[in-house]
Amino acid sequence: MAFLEIDGLKKRFGNVEILKGINVELEKGGFLVLVGPSGCGKSTLLNTIAGLEQITEGEIRVEGRAINDLHPSKRDIAMVFQSYALYPNMTVAGNIAFGMEMRGVPAAQRQAAIDKVAKILQIGHLLNRKPSQLSGGQRQRVAMGRALVRDPKLFLFDEPLSNLDAKLRVDMRIEIKRLHATTGTTIVYVTHDQIEAMTLATKIAVMRDGEVQQFGTPAEIYNNPTNIFVADFMGSPAMNLIPAKIDGNGSGLSVVLDREARQPIVLPMPGAPAGLAAFKDKPVIFGVRPEALTDPEGAERNGSSIATADCHIEVVEPAGSDTFAVTNLGGKGVVARLRADAKIQPGTSTPLAFNLSKAVFFDPATEKRIL
Amino acid sequence: MSAVTSPARPASSGMSARTINRIVIYSLLALFAIFYLMPLFVMLVTSFKTMDEIQNGNMLSLPQSPTIEPWFKAWGETCVGLTCAGIKGYFWNSIKMVVPAVLISTLLGALNGYVLTKWRFRGHTLVFAMMLFACFIPFQSVLLPMATILGSLGRFGVTLQNATGFNFGLGNSTVNLAFVHVVYGLGFTTLFFRNYYEAFPTELVKAAQVDGASFFQIFRRIMLPNSMPIFVVTVIYQFTNIWNDFLFASAYAGTGDVMPMTVALNNVVNTSTGVVEYNVNMAAAMIAALPTLIVYVVAGRYFVRGLMAGAVKG
Repeated sequence: MAFLEIDGLKKRFGNVEILKGINVELEKGGFLVLVGPSGCGKSTLLNTIAGLEQITEGEIRVEGRAINDLHPSKRDIAMVFQSYALYPNMTVAGNIAFGMEMRGVPAAQRQAAIDKVAKILQIGHLLNRKPSQLSGGQRQRVAMGRALVRDPKLFLFDEPLSNLDAKLRVDMRIEIKRLHATTGTTIVYVTHDQIEAMTLATKIAVMRDGEVQQFGTPAEIYNNPTNIFVADFMGSPAMNLIPAKIDGNGSGLSVVLDREARQPIVLPMPGAPAGLAAFKDKPVIFGVRPEALTDPEGAERNGSSIATADCHIEVVEPAGSDTFAVTNLGGKGVVARLRADAKIQPGTSTPLAFNLSKAVFFDPATEKRIL
Repeated sequence: MSAVTSPARPASSGMSARTINRIVIYSLLALFAIFYLMPLFVMLVTSFKTMDEIQNGNMLSLPQSPTIEPWFKAWGETCVGLTCAGIKGYFWNSIKMVVPAVLISTLLGALNGYVLTKWRFRGHTLVFAMMLFACFIPFQSVLLPMATILGSLGRFGVTLQNATGFNFGLGNSTVNLAFVHVVYGLGFTTLFFRNYYEAFPTELVKAAQVDGASFFQIFRRIMLPNSMPIFVVTVIYQFTNIWNDFLFASAYAGTGDVMPMTVALNNVVNTSTGVVEYNVNMAAAMIAALPTLIVYVVAGRYFVRGLMAGAVKG
């Protein structure tokens, strides 16, 4: 039995179905990230866990106990909001203690709890200030402090970093990860930022249009996306999704990538997935991440199936740590990730190594993964 | 040379045109302000003059031998109708009616605004539209129906008096007036607070819910402390309206000891025995106007700010 179980959850507003049967579970001490584009229902799902929205069908259980009919304050949860939602009329200490005050915790005990949390988050010197006198990062800390002080079973974060600038966001991300590691709490976290999802999560649920597209560990999501949406959404730069054809000559299969005004590239696939044979002479979507498409010197030496082909480089983007090269395959711009010092010129042809053991295939009709 | 000087010329003529504009605008504004303030000035100087000076002197001249005697007379001795005990009793009548009426209507308006924005229910727009409608009903049209209702309440008060020995204020003119003003003010106060709370971050309410605060705890601890600007606007608006009201006051408490200030002032001026004591009348009028002035001066700087906040975001 998992710590948090969401079972067949549906949510309708009138005739519109916002959540279409969500099934997710999380072990104790886990970090679940709900990720997806705007309007996919991730925030609504979080609000239903918090009890701020009622559910239409299904059940939400924490430690086996259904909580979906309980008032938010009875669910033993704490929530950090996108806007932080600090009470502007109260000091930082007042904000942190408000929940305890509402539950009638004695003043001395409240003070002790405030001090403890202030120490963890290093906001001791801010306790007597009003939220309007704090910077964005400090407000974020106070908002987390208000959640931490409750010592709840479940932490809910609703896009907590989206109001911060880029550098602070990275700092706070690390802070949250450290907090999770040291306190061992169970967290459900909503974001539209796939990097936050990858870096923080122990489990990711990728959502679209009120449905979970894929649920798994960050590595599963990244390496084995179940459909084109997940493959495209997770990872930056995004996975190259190239229209291709499967060709079978004699014993093995090969992938044929069309090119403008040039000979098609033919990549032999010795260890092709079983289902691929059914797509012989049919179109497929060939998915390869930029890091699996690199210069031959930079390619994994022990990669089981590496195929090299000359590609015409159109654009070169040196990014400091890596150099990205754009070529055109199957009528689409395809990004390759090369070493920073790779000697490469735009407008020339260069051999690129395709790491086919990392490649994935999708059915263009259903957009699903071909196994 | 000409190429250099020519761009400067329109600029300088623009400057002078702007200066002329300014002069015209400010003179006009000054004129209007003088025109508007003139009656107040006459009231003020007359209230400090002796009767001799009023009868023989210029209306606009400053008092030759200033005296505060008329103010004391207006407060404590002047005749209102047939009783000659000054206006002080009626002043307190007004205070006793205005303070509860303002506070109750403002708090109820805040509560309505809170429910209409943060605890939405099916049909909330209809309820709000109907409350708004109350703002557009002319006072005169509710005079008779309201009189009937107040009459019924008075009879109910008598029944209660007989049954329990206490009438809970029903039938009391001051209570009646406060009740009428609360009911009539509710449309406005609800409008003000709804528009203000519409822009109030809902996440604060959600956070408080997660923190375990109840409906009224959220209202008292989160909503009200953050409503200062609109609270001040509503209080000024309600205070001015209710204090200055003459129609309801004369209709439901128009005679005897229960008259509010406005009706009493009217009766001071209309008293037709002996010489008309203009200085006392003016002092009485000034006293009648003072509370609203004080409220505006004390809280005025929030007034414009609050009105804007409500208007822009609503």
